[in-house]
Amino acid sequence: MTLGLALPAAAQTAGGTLRTYNTSNPPSASIHEEATVSVVMPFAAVYNNLMMYDAVKPKNSLETIVPELAESWAWDASRTRLTVKLRRGVKWHDGKPFTSKDVQCTWDKLLGKHPDAFRKNPRAIWWNNVKEVTLNGDFEATFVLGRPQPSLPALMASNLSPVYPCHVSTKDMRTNPIGTGPFKFVSFDSNSAIKLVKNTEYWKPGRPYLDGITYTIIGNRSTRMLAFAANEFDMTFVADVTPPMVADVLARSPKAVCETVPSNVSSNLLVNRDKPPFNDPKLRRAMQLALDRKAMNDILSQGKSAVSGPMLAPPAGVWGLSKEALAALPGYAGTPAERVAAARKIMSDLGYGPSKRLKIKVSTRDFQAYKDPAVLLVDQLNQIYFDAELEIVETSVWYGRAARKDYTVAFNLSGAGVDDPDVVLVEGYTCNSERNYTNYCNAQVDKLIVEQSQESDFAKRKLIVGQIEKILDEDAARPIILHGVGATCWHPQLKGLVLHQNSIYNSWRFEDIWLAK
Amino acid sequence: MGAYFVRRSALMLITLFGISVVIFVMLRLVPGNVTDIIFDSAGFVNEAQKKNIERELGLDKPITTQYVKWIGGLATGDLGFAYVSEKPAIDEILPRIPVTAKLAVLSLTFSIVLGVPLGVISAVRQNTTLDYVLRVISLSGLSLPSFWLGLLILMAFVHFTGWIPIYKSTPNEFWKEIALLSIPAAAVGFRSSALIMRLTRSSMLEVLRQDYIRTARAKGASDTVVNYEHGLRNAMLPVVTIVGVEAAFLIGGLIVTETVFNIPGVARFLVEAIRWRDYPIVQNLVMLIAVVVVVVNFVVDLTYVALDPRIKYES
Repeated sequence: MTLGLALPAAAQTAGGTLRTYNTSNPPSASIHEEATVSVVMPFAAVYNNLMMYDAVKPKNSLETIVPELAESWAWDASRTRLTVKLRRGVKWHDGKPFTSKDVQCTWDKLLGKHPDAFRKNPRAIWWNNVKEVTLNGDFEATFVLGRPQPSLPALMASNLSPVYPCHVSTKDMRTNPIGTGPFKFVSFDSNSAIKLVKNTEYWKPGRPYLDGITYTIIGNRSTRMLAFAANEFDMTFVADVTPPMVADVLARSPKAVCETVPSNVSSNLLVNRDKPPFNDPKLRRAMQLALDRKAMNDILSQGKSAVSGPMLAPPAGVWGLSKEALAALPGYAGTPAERVAAARKIMSDLGYGPSKRLKIKVSTRDFQAYKDPAVLLVDQLNQIYFDAELEIVETSVWYGRAARKDYTVAFNLSGAGVDDPDVVLVEGYTCNSERNYTNYCNAQVDKLIVEQSQESDFAKRKLIVGQIEKILDEDAARPIILHGVGATCWHPQLKGLVLHQNSIYNSWRFEDIWLAK
Repeated sequence: MGAYFVRRSALMLITLFGISVVIFVMLRLVPGNVTDIIFDSAGFVNEAQKKNIERELGLDKPITTQYVKWIGGLATGDLGFAYVSEKPAIDEILPRIPVTAKLAVLSLTFSIVLGVPLGVISAVRQNTTLDYVLRVISLSGLSLPSFWLGLLILMAFVHFTGWIPIYKSTPNEFWKEIALLSIPAAAVGFRSSALIMRLTRSSMLEVLRQDYIRTARAKGASDTVVNYEHGLRNAMLPVVTIVGVEAAFLIGGLIVTETVFNIPGVARFLVEAIRWRDYPIVQNLVMLIAVVVVVVNFVVDLTYVALDPRIKYES
């Protein structure tokens, strides 16, 4: 992390409109129906969750979860029923009262039970274990689970899991969202601006400090950085400043604060395990060994990215393997040169060599964040007797092709909404996950994922997660290359902003920040 | 002339019909539709949910039904609903037209006001130092990409003034908006002015060699009368043609400029709509641009008559 100058503590001052920008036009305002941070960051301030990650604590974990619409919650003895006691006197932005029915409606939609269904439901898999939500009056709801899942609050606390009003249609929530949050939605002009205004009837006394927030939508990065330098914005979009650009931003704005944190977006190698010769585990092992993470890290992020397995490693992450444990895994042991030598030996044993290369296309999505590292991946594969060339896939068909396994080898980026194995491992590696693009299916891994999900003891759970990561590495299942980092910058007038280290999705309520006059 | 109007109008309608078919078909030939993009932004694909959305948007209907529905709506002023924002397409398109129109007019004005006089000066002062300097400037105008020039202008403003001339919200006063738009207009217009300057120069050189110019000088006409009343007027025909062509191609240049200067205009919106396969927006915007191009060309043709009385459009 790179921290700016520590500023003396100051009393919060009310007033002012936070000016920031969005890097792309959000597809809609409905967080439940989207997965991109370009939706979450602007619109999370409109909503509340049942509980949330403490905005002033930099690391998301079960220990930093604080109440929001749920004043308290408790498990029953079997740990399959989570009862939440709801806050009274909370109103939706249109004046209607918040009740337990809204909680039930929200989760019915997530479970696909509600007639007014979500148009798309990207995190349906998060709630696979929730059977139903029952009500006990207007201010108590119980989540009935199929099996114990102590980490359920971790999923509920994410900015990706807000509570929706029962009385507003799903369609309207996409264009005119109503929440209970610290800011009310004012307008969303496509490709232009998003405006929020202070909720003067917010249930948290004295909050928010700001009068409003304006997001100007600017697609061009150079324009954004220049506008920030000209003090048109109080802060940049989250992780928008790449490590090489931080110095340039600070050169133009010496008093700005830039903080570089992991985004928990990992780059990973997809190999179609069903297509010969990639159904040969030795070949997949060779490809895994060819990954020179240090080179990619140095070239793309000045060495600041995190080297980790699927779970983000400490100190930023909670669940990832330590450096020492990682170094003992086959995919990470030794130096890059040693791993390349081992990879070449495997390829030679398989009949490949400098004059008999394996011709492949490495597919990747037509986005700069994908293309740059994919070029390096191609080069690294070519070091071990591949004849790889890059195939750029138009973004509109990328996930369709990935889902259909219409690729041989691909470079992908995967974001983690929550730093929890119930999200990262379930989405990426369980047999039936829509995001398991390699179709990796290991019954033992699935069993262990369920086992860790049911474990309430942190240390024991972490051991099981470590076991899973080892198996995934041994199986060369979607090897993780790097966990990316990005910097967020702000001018000194912005106070109280604390970036989360292990997710870019969960710190956007904006109720605790203020603008110094 | 009346018959000419009728003939031209019929031709315009046929042209617009052809464009509507071409854009409709081309959009459907491009891989993926809006449902692919909608799921792409969420990082997954669910075929059942995808089919529901396609049904909701009418994309499961036969292609001819979709075309007839669109064209029928267009004829009655119903542009449909934008797929992405779910708002009426006309509500998305209309507010953007004035911004782009102002930018386009300013760009063209800049290019004509700069290009024509400089072209005349360059021709009249042929092979002097001034002529060489102007020709180098025009060459740079043709060589410099407008996005690069735009970024350079932004960097210069930030560095020297601490202010950035980008659009954040519509200025309250008309003249403030014109002042703000004049900077990106200059970035776009610089290239066009270079082209107009070079064409004006070569056209003027050709005209200035004509016998009637020599006669006018022999009769004692001043340089101003010779160059502007006799020379420029006759040299303007090809320049008017190129201005018409530039006006038609302006939308292409405005895409980059609107992106760099963050102007919420039609051009940038069109690119975004194409990326999203937002068919109602793309189809209607392309038709709007086609109408503008066709009308501009018609106006250019009428201008010929004004400039050269020998030209008559007879039935």
